[in-house]
Amino acid sequence: MRNKTPQQPPEERIKNFLEVALGFSESEAQEEASRCLQCKNKPCVKGCPVGIDIPAFIKLIKEGRQKEALEKIKEKNNLPAVCGRVCPQENQCEAVCILNKKKIPVNIGALERYAADYALTHKLQPTANSRQNLAAKIAVVGSGPAGLTCAADLAKRGFKVTLFESLHTAGGVLVYGIPEFRLPKKIVQDEVDYIRNLGVELKVDTLIGNTFTLEDLFKNGFKAAFIAVGAGLPQFLGIEGENLPGVYSANEFLTRVNLMKAYKFPEYATPINIGKRVAVIGGGNVALDSSRVSLRLGSTAALVYRRSENEMPGRLEEIKNAKEEGVALNILTQPIRIIADKTGVAGGLECIKMQLGEPDTSGRKRPVPIENSNFILEADTVIIAIGQNPNPLLPRITPGLKTNKDRTIVVDENLMTSIPGVFAGGDITSGADTVISAMGAGKKAALAIEKYIKEQHGQNNG
Amino acid sequence: MFKIIKKENLNNDIVRITVEAAFIAQKAQAGQFVVIIIDERGERLPLTLADWDKEVGTITLIFQKAGFTTRRLAKLEAGQEIQHILGPLGHPTEVKNLGQVYCVAGGVGAAEIYPVARAFKQAGNRVICIIGSRNKDLLILEDILRGSCDEFFITTDDGSYGRQGLVTDVLKDLFTVIEKSAHTQYPGLVYCIGPVPMMRAVADFTRGYSVKTIASLNPIMVDATGMCGACRCHVAGKTAFACVDGPDFDAHQVDFGELSQRLKTFKQEERRISEENA
Repeated sequence: MRNKTPQQPPEERIKNFLEVALGFSESEAQEEASRCLQCKNKPCVKGCPVGIDIPAFIKLIKEGRQKEALEKIKEKNNLPAVCGRVCPQENQCEAVCILNKKKIPVNIGALERYAADYALTHKLQPTANSRQNLAAKIAVVGSGPAGLTCAADLAKRGFKVTLFESLHTAGGVLVYGIPEFRLPKKIVQDEVDYIRNLGVELKVDTLIGNTFTLEDLFKNGFKAAFIAVGAGLPQFLGIEGENLPGVYSANEFLTRVNLMKAYKFPEYATPINIGKRVAVIGGGNVALDSSRVSLRLGSTAALVYRRSENEMPGRLEEIKNAKEEGVALNILTQPIRIIADKTGVAGGLECIKMQLGEPDTSGRKRPVPIENSNFILEADTVIIAIGQNPNPLLPRITPGLKTNKDRTIVVDENLMTSIPGVFAGGDITSGADTVISAMGAGKKAALAIEKYIKEQHGQNNG
Repeated sequence: MFKIIKKENLNNDIVRITVEAAFIAQKAQAGQFVVIIIDERGERLPLTLADWDKEVGTITLIFQKAGFTTRRLAKLEAGQEIQHILGPLGHPTEVKNLGQVYCVAGGVGAAEIYPVARAFKQAGNRVICIIGSRNKDLLILEDILRGSCDEFFITTDDGSYGRQGLVTDVLKDLFTVIEKSAHTQYPGLVYCIGPVPMMRAVADFTRGYSVKTIASLNPIMVDATGMCGACRCHVAGKTAFACVDGPDFDAHQVDFGELSQRLKTFKQEERRISEENA
């Protein structure tokens, strides 16, 4: 049988912000590792966006060689403690695991997390030795998954990397978006520390475009730049009442709670004002996270999603966790108006029931309103979690940086933008996507930048 | 870390600090702002740039002790440090020669209008400053503001200095004179910054004359880089983010009612943290 990681029981965990999934013990990890068939053709590796040699690291865990297991993972993945927790393995490596034919794939995610956590708690972080020493300075803009990965890979290749972050803490969506109970911030900090130990210089409080322009960076000796500023612009529905007090974008709500630690207010100075009944609009991981944060702040949480549960883009495990914790799912429900109470703040959400019709362009069945099915969902806090658009700030103020209609930055097959030497990847080129696909882009960009520098500046002098 | 090199109490309520922040000073332009975080547990607080010195590498911030964070900031002395400052943020004020520009400010807005008035003056405009204050003691920066404009008016609520009344009373007088005169013209622009009711009153007044009016908005912000949407406001019927689309907006198009309502979102929490730390 596939070993699952133990979890905090739902009735306990909704009272705290501690991690829900507790991780394997050594014996559990070894037992799970021995389920791996060590396939010769390694389908799981092809299912991994960064190509980790999965059977190899699992074999090392089975043999009790945790540090080597982590080194094996880190050949390809600089953020294993993060990926082990938040990657959608069920759609990637575990989906193509031979054992998945019987629906019992190896729990690869939990094993990856085990190797990473073991090294963190035993202070066994591998130190990477650079194979070469290139003098070239490279700027990486944005310290989310794509930026961290690219910076780490470039540092491992011997470049002098400066990582610029506009917030006061590195990690991007890993620190402002994903809640503590899914990804403890200490874990992110440890991963960032590892990357700094590779020689990456981190500059927080620096908004590229404003504090320095890309042009400034090149004038100051940077030879290439990687833009990984993500998809941080929250989408709104455009319905009446959306700007009432008590209505938050998921980004604002989660940033206050996760990054600014509003759940510890007033010990931390950033407030959050949350009502007794929270309605969260959306069906993805961000909507699920917002709902589960609301529960932990003492409110009830009702998710409002216009399609059926089958179409919800959130991870199955997180949907299950949310239900266990008591998040009410209002599926096939479309909000049409946010209603103010008599004091002028949000008081309710007028919705209409939907039914599924023919498939739309996304291949999912299109939700169609059912006439005269309007009803009012009482809610004193409304959180809008319907997606994020690419960050417009840097493209807007950088002359010559071309963007597509959907505001993503235009890149060629090597992730180079319309400006020579400026590369881009992650959500800023793909639109909102997963942590691991952003990391894949970071890796690809690091390779492309190395090649570019060598072509431009010769093999050794940078 | 950003070191405070000078601190002055301009009056009982308003403090001026000069802080080492060379990169921000290098890029600063009129109308822009920064976000500060005092320390590990602090909140992100947006403050309009009151001045900067590119040579020395400093920025000047002027703030009113209005809430928990500004009161804490006011306790820091020269030599102490602010943990984080991000900036400069927001679009700079669009400065060009429009002939005549009225700069209208209320309260601590007097500090924020100074770089704007100076920039319009340097661009060749005839600049008229109208500054409103509750009383004489609370008035700040009179001398440097006088020096940055061609004509200067003060109003106080209680009549303890300048003209008793509101900034809009002065606007009315000036516009009446223009109306009656064959030789003078309405200003090319009225720029206002200060409390929401004041900006709203200015906008309501100038709307009748179709004189272009800009308001510098001060909504609640968190990241201030376009990511959270806390600062969203309705301008011309559309949602705009003050941090990246502003902070300057066409005052005739701003939904000031919504802005003041949204500014009250955390009033209870503000009271709670202030009481617990009293």
